[in-house]
Amino acid sequence: MKTTDNSGDVRLSGISKTYGSFTAVHPLDLTVPQGSFFALLGASGCGKTTTLRMIAGLEEPTSGTVHLGDQDVTALPPYKRPVNTVFQSYALFPHLDIFENVAFGLRRRGIKSVKKQVEEMLELVQLGEQARKKPHQLSGGQQQRVAVARALINHPKVLLLDEPLGALDLKLRRQMQLELKRIQTEVGITFVHVTHDQEEAMTMADTVAVMNAGRVEQLGSPADLYENPQTTFVANFLGTSNLIETEVDTKSGDDIVLKAGGGKLLLPSERCAAPATAGGRVLIGVRPEKISITHADDAGTITEGRNRITGKIADASFIGVSTQYVIDTPVCDEFAVYAQNVERDGRLVPGADVVLHWNPAHTFGLDAAQDIDAGIEEEAV
Amino acid sequence: MPVVNWLKKNLVVIAGLVTLAFLLLPNVVVTVFSFNKPKGRFNYEWQEFSTDAWKDPCGVADMCGSLSLSLQIALWATVGATVLGTMIAFALVRYRFRARGVVNSLIFLPMAMPEVVMAASLLTLFLNLGAQLGFWTILIAHIMFCLSFVVVAVKARVMSMDPRLEEAARDLYAGPVQTFVRVTLPIAAPGIAAGALLAFALSFDDFIITNFNAGSTVTFPMFVWGSAQRGTPVQINVVGTAMFLIAVVLVLASMAIGNRRGKRKA
Repeated sequence: MKTTDNSGDVRLSGISKTYGSFTAVHPLDLTVPQGSFFALLGASGCGKTTTLRMIAGLEEPTSGTVHLGDQDVTALPPYKRPVNTVFQSYALFPHLDIFENVAFGLRRRGIKSVKKQVEEMLELVQLGEQARKKPHQLSGGQQQRVAVARALINHPKVLLLDEPLGALDLKLRRQMQLELKRIQTEVGITFVHVTHDQEEAMTMADTVAVMNAGRVEQLGSPADLYENPQTTFVANFLGTSNLIETEVDTKSGDDIVLKAGGGKLLLPSERCAAPATAGGRVLIGVRPEKISITHADDAGTITEGRNRITGKIADASFIGVSTQYVIDTPVCDEFAVYAQNVERDGRLVPGADVVLHWNPAHTFGLDAAQDIDAGIEEEAV
Repeated sequence: MPVVNWLKKNLVVIAGLVTLAFLLLPNVVVTVFSFNKPKGRFNYEWQEFSTDAWKDPCGVADMCGSLSLSLQIALWATVGATVLGTMIAFALVRYRFRARGVVNSLIFLPMAMPEVVMAASLLTLFLNLGAQLGFWTILIAHIMFCLSFVVVAVKARVMSMDPRLEEAARDLYAGPVQTFVRVTLPIAAPGIAAGALLAFALSFDDFIITNFNAGSTVTFPMFVWGSAQRGTPVQINVVGTAMFLIAVVLVLASMAIGNRRGKRKA
């Protein structure tokens, strides 16, 4: 059924939004397939919420069109679109009880007998007992579920979620992430989820679009984005990356040989997002958990063919399951390494000389013309 | 020192009761003297208990006519000032337009103007326009001076409203009219009601502006003022007491409804 029915597709073509001289969203093409869980990820002010509001009809695009399935809805007001939104901070109607909040959409469409549907929906979000309470009498998590129920009861083609978990504490947020994912699987509706929390986006979504300054930087599955970032922004915004500036030496077979800090590093050609010509510059990156750390005295035990960097431990923090090291190396003075605490080497303390090594296949290459720190500050928000 | 200790413990209660007494004593006097049977024309000294005035509230010539006129004016002034004031309040809070700041301040200026000066100036204005003094000039004047108070009351409420609520309504298939009727209005209602009550009270007992601009029309406050020169009928107290009782009943009723709702929801 999912393959033939495309009425829940969201298609944005050349959509943009400018406020005066400020461009919130640059012309953007995006297709969200029916039934998928799609996340728009980015720091605040990157245009993700504006994009969502244009799908909802709450914001008029400056240019471009919005299609739901085959229907062009660009000119339709929000109350005529088969789309519902879960708002940031929920926007529950304070003067109505939970039952009436959930029944609101049905009643506005002139449906008379709403009781059964509302009760079923409240059961789905486990709030059957609370039907006659007012929103302010519920906890944050309960209010969030009411907001989801109020939107879902209308069987929208697409459900839009605007930072729906932002107001919850960490533990509840994790719980609601699983809950939302469960509901989405159950109802099979297209979900478009806006968030600034990269972990949330990766946990929940099938496809993530990373937005930065009104543009989509990269689009793909969470694993693809994490393993193969195409820009420094994505590399830094999703998780942590160690980025090194290198010079292209030669190509040998499928690998590019790079010079960095006197040593040589290998990068598989197909993992390089930038043109690599001999003598040119390339940024290479590697995730901290892909790196092994070995004391300098045992350097001989490291297998041949791995990328190596020598350095000195600047800092080590014990996190329980892992230890996070900061290594001072000639190529980068704050090289992050996460090591699982399987067999801890007692010599790996601050000040110790170490060799860092990793499988070259885990290296990715980026265009050296970019800001190496893009996306770092934003992640701290 | 048990007395001192007792005083210390109950000081807040005592202060509260004294203030309350200070506040309500005039009302008590009005009520008590509505049961008086005065000798002569002035109802200023207690003589004996009687329900004569209560049995025949309209027994004084012209009084009920002026009362009815005052109620009508108050009602229409409330409607006019509330509708206009609510729209102004929404405009000031929701929209960014040129001179918004100026309008925001200008709205409150009539409150600062001494009423008697305003009254005289209004009369000048009406006379120059060639308007016939009477019901309509009174009504126009009342709507004018009630407006600022309604704007203040409604604005406070609208400012605390989350505009996302209306977006949520629109998102949930409510058109512009439905959104206003089902969401905006109910949420703003307490502020609008407060503004309306204030407008009614201000209009009903206004004397100064009314007296200047009434021509030969006589409203209830003007009637009381006029009769005070010649003698005060007990019926005036009856009307005062009745108004007070109606207000008390309304307040109690709204509190009871609020309580019942609270209990049902809990």
